[in-house]
Amino acid sequence: MHELSVTQSILDIVLQHANQAHASKVTNIYLVIGDLSTIVDDSVQFYWDIISKDTIAVDAKLQFRRIHTQFECLDCYKQYQPDGDSILCPHCGSAHIKVLSGEEFYLEAIDIEK
Amino acid sequence: MSEQQKITIVQNILNANDGLAQQNRDQLLKARLFSINMMASPGAGKTTLIEKTLQAFTPDHRVLVIDGDIATTLDADRAAKAGASAIQINTGGDCHLDAIMLHRALSQVDLFNYDLLIVENVGNLVCPASFELGTERKVLIASVPEGDDKPHKYPGMYRGVDVVVLNKTDLLPYVDFNFEFFSKGLQVLNPNVQVIPLSCRTGEGLKDWFEWLGNELDEFRKNHC
Repeated sequence: MHELSVTQSILDIVLQHANQAHASKVTNIYLVIGDLSTIVDDSVQFYWDIISKDTIAVDAKLQFRRIHTQFECLDCYKQYQPDGDSILCPHCGSAHIKVLSGEEFYLEAIDIEK
Repeated sequence: MSEQQKITIVQNILNANDGLAQQNRDQLLKARLFSINMMASPGAGKTTLIEKTLQAFTPDHRVLVIDGDIATTLDADRAAKAGASAIQINTGGDCHLDAIMLHRALSQVDLFNYDLLIVENVGNLVCPASFELGTERKVLIASVPEGDDKPHKYPGMYRGVDVVVLNKTDLLPYVDFNFEFFSKGLQVLNPNVQVIPLSCRTGEGLKDWFEWLGNELDEFRKNHC
């Protein structure tokens, strides 16, 4: 639901770096988003089409790289992806867990034309 | 022929918000103002817990409440009635408070006039987790009727908080709420987080919450004198 604020932040970062590089156009934007960060790709794209109008990033493609949530059980040392009903280890029921991935939330790179 | 180029950035998307949150934190530290960000789903009992907290703390502390809501001033009115100075932030539809909204609210008052700042976030179990505000502590209020699976379903919210209040424990006899399943979910996401079960309605457990808040306040003032 907070995709508008997030999309605005993405646009700010993109324009800042594009302007520094004297770009005339931004063609691709590479985003890395973990499943734990609760961002919906389609919503970001929806807001992007609206708020990037009249900027050099208007036709840029948003390229999402989703990172699945991956946990490691620190009792049985098995790795698993939580299924949505329970985040406990499906093998031994432990709650003693390390989060390996899923919290990523960053802008990796942009492609520009000069 | 235009020249094409890839620019590597690797920047947290909410960098700007995080930077502003740090400014808020610095400003609050300078004023020696201890602050908490209270987050919960709608109806968990945020405003009621704040009222109870004000009744307990306003006799000895100067409390400022900043209330985030989508449109009304009802919550700020309740806080003002309970003895605090209150500022309402209407987010105009936004589902969370962010650092700039808090920054604007903080600039409306002299922070040196207060000992405790309570920020009541917008009722929502998803979005507020992503937006740091710069408060000293983050509090999540869960409630029994929401169900024991909430940490499993909304991991983001439970991950970064400092304490979890479990409200409406007076309803435990009437609701299927497995405290062990709830606690295990918390343990996965936030292994050392303290849970304070209480009922704002009966008052049971409230003293544990007051004790936690009082201790945190004392500790903060001791470290920032």
